[in-house]
Amino acid sequence: MNRIDQLFQNKQKDILSIYFPAGYPKLEDTLPTLQLLQAKGVDLVEIGIPFSDPLADGPVIQSAAKQALDNGMSLQLLFDQLKDARKTIKIPLILMGYWNTVYKFGVDAFLTECQNVGIDGVILPDLPLEEYQEEYKVKFEAAGVHNVLLVTPQTTDKRLAIIEKAASGFLYMVSTAATTGGALQASKEREAYFKKIAALDIPSLIGFGIHDKASFQHAASFSNGAIIGTAFIKALEKGNTSEFLESLQ
Amino acid sequence: MSSNYFKTYPDEKGYFGEYGGSYIPEELNAEMQKINDAYYSISKSHEFISELRSIRKHFQGRPTPVYYCNRLSNKYGGRIYLKREDLNHSGAHKLNHCMGEALLAKYMGKKKLIAETGAGQHGVALATAAAYFGLECEIHMGEVDIAKEHPNVMRMKILGATVIPVTHGLKTLKEAVDSAFQSYLKDPVNTIYCIGSVVGPHPFPMMVREFQRVVGIEARDQFQEMTGELPDNVVACVGGGSNAMGIFSAFLEDKECKLHGVEPAGRSFDKGEHAATLTFGKPGIIHGFKCYLLQDEEGQPDPVYSVASGLDYPGVGPEHSMLKDWNKVEYHSVSDKECIDAFYELSRSEGIIPALESSHAVAYALKLAQANPRQSILLNLSGRGDKDLDFVVEKYGLPEKVH
Repeated sequence: MNRIDQLFQNKQKDILSIYFPAGYPKLEDTLPTLQLLQAKGVDLVEIGIPFSDPLADGPVIQSAAKQALDNGMSLQLLFDQLKDARKTIKIPLILMGYWNTVYKFGVDAFLTECQNVGIDGVILPDLPLEEYQEEYKVKFEAAGVHNVLLVTPQTTDKRLAIIEKAASGFLYMVSTAATTGGALQASKEREAYFKKIAALDIPSLIGFGIHDKASFQHAASFSNGAIIGTAFIKALEKGNTSEFLESLQ
Repeated sequence: MSSNYFKTYPDEKGYFGEYGGSYIPEELNAEMQKINDAYYSISKSHEFISELRSIRKHFQGRPTPVYYCNRLSNKYGGRIYLKREDLNHSGAHKLNHCMGEALLAKYMGKKKLIAETGAGQHGVALATAAAYFGLECEIHMGEVDIAKEHPNVMRMKILGATVIPVTHGLKTLKEAVDSAFQSYLKDPVNTIYCIGSVVGPHPFPMMVREFQRVVGIEARDQFQEMTGELPDNVVACVGGGSNAMGIFSAFLEDKECKLHGVEPAGRSFDKGEHAATLTFGKPGIIHGFKCYLLQDEEGQPDPVYSVASGLDYPGVGPEHSMLKDWNKVEYHSVSDKECIDAFYELSRSEGIIPALESSHAVAYALKLAQANPRQSILLNLSGRGDKDLDFVVEKYGLPEKVH
């Protein structure tokens, strides 16, 4: 069974997902960071495939991605780094990246590598939904790799129905219409949106703007859990990742 | 090619053949749909069309003339004609789509226009449009280009725009697009991203082409009126490709007209030294659309360079990508040196100082004229060179005599 499905079967509340870019801050940090996250009780990890022009990401993730690229990070190298990861890493792993990287790598080759190293899902924010459904959905399903889809406060009900049908694993609920790394502010409209998505049949995690225990708990109260990216990258930068992860407990 | 070309390309999802489309994060989906819907409902309305026509005539000074280059033609052979977009208000073809985009923004109730700029021509044009309509304007520009294109930076500021310096990466056009997108994503409801060329996610490549078609429509009539025939060759420079799409669009169905797009060969054909996307690129996705893209094995966009800031972009319009595959347009490249020679040649032979972007088209047209002395060439002179004067003289000096 896919580890993401297993996770949501065993745990419905307060799921903590952490995002970090592969090969950051040092090229060889990918696996040690995964081990730390697992040891600190993180439920799910999203590993970023660095791309030079990440449209959906704010300045912190952008500059981390740039540093990773400067370190020499690449998609092939990431698969090499993850070759033996499953000997120690048991939590579900997701790759998050931009479509050109995967398109250029070759979708079939990409899915084969995902299967080989034990990747449970992908997030590809700029892969058009229609193109995914028409050309790639069958392949992703055959490989047992979930394509996690995003919903935002601007997503219309009509489109939400299409997304719900196409989604697998869970929905990535974008908290706000902005890039990653902003602040999350409470509002009636936002809560109504959170509740609407939470009422769907598929589990959901809230991302964008979650940076500490309070914002995590607030977001998690409307969904199955939440995703932290920018705040963790800042901790990687400062070298206080253990303290940061402990502060979330 | 059928006469339904413009209705067929792009298709409903924004594809020109396999290129174009809309490769954007979900956050932008709803807003792009709104812009698309507004474009179809508003821009075809009588009210919109008459307002835009009036603007074209009274504010922009259109139609811009077609001019026969007597001395240049005598010197090089051939018959060389210029479509004078340098005489369009604000000094380049860019105002054609900026006025269209800003008018659409006004109808949509947007408060602020956001865009990137390379050479500053698009930024100046958008700042001009924003001032005309009383909208706020925010222009993202690479620090390298800010230093190089100082006069245009001043013009934008005088026109009331905020210029945001972009400091990451190579600090040129690609990074400016990244930065403008980021800013747009913060408030897509009240702002509109007025992209500067026939690039970006659907509906921008289509919208910008439609607003630029006025160049081709005018030029075709004017050329026929002057000569009684169609041009044998149509030449335009290609960065993103807006001025080229503008003029090519009127000749796509004329088998007897050869269309030539001219890309920057920069300093050499080594990686990072040029921006000849259609010559060396492979299909890929950047900034929300699929096109020929200069990229490495891993799908990361290559660094690019050209002496002309408006041409150094690793992608290119999706429609150009399709027209290349169809062999409908031939794409060539011209080096920095050839560009600078052409810059002085046109200045001194005809008294017209071209923008460095347009100088690439001039350089190719001169070669074409020498090789085909009996043929006519219609060249889209997309912009004037005032912005480039200091840079060119400082870097290349003033030649006593060209050639």
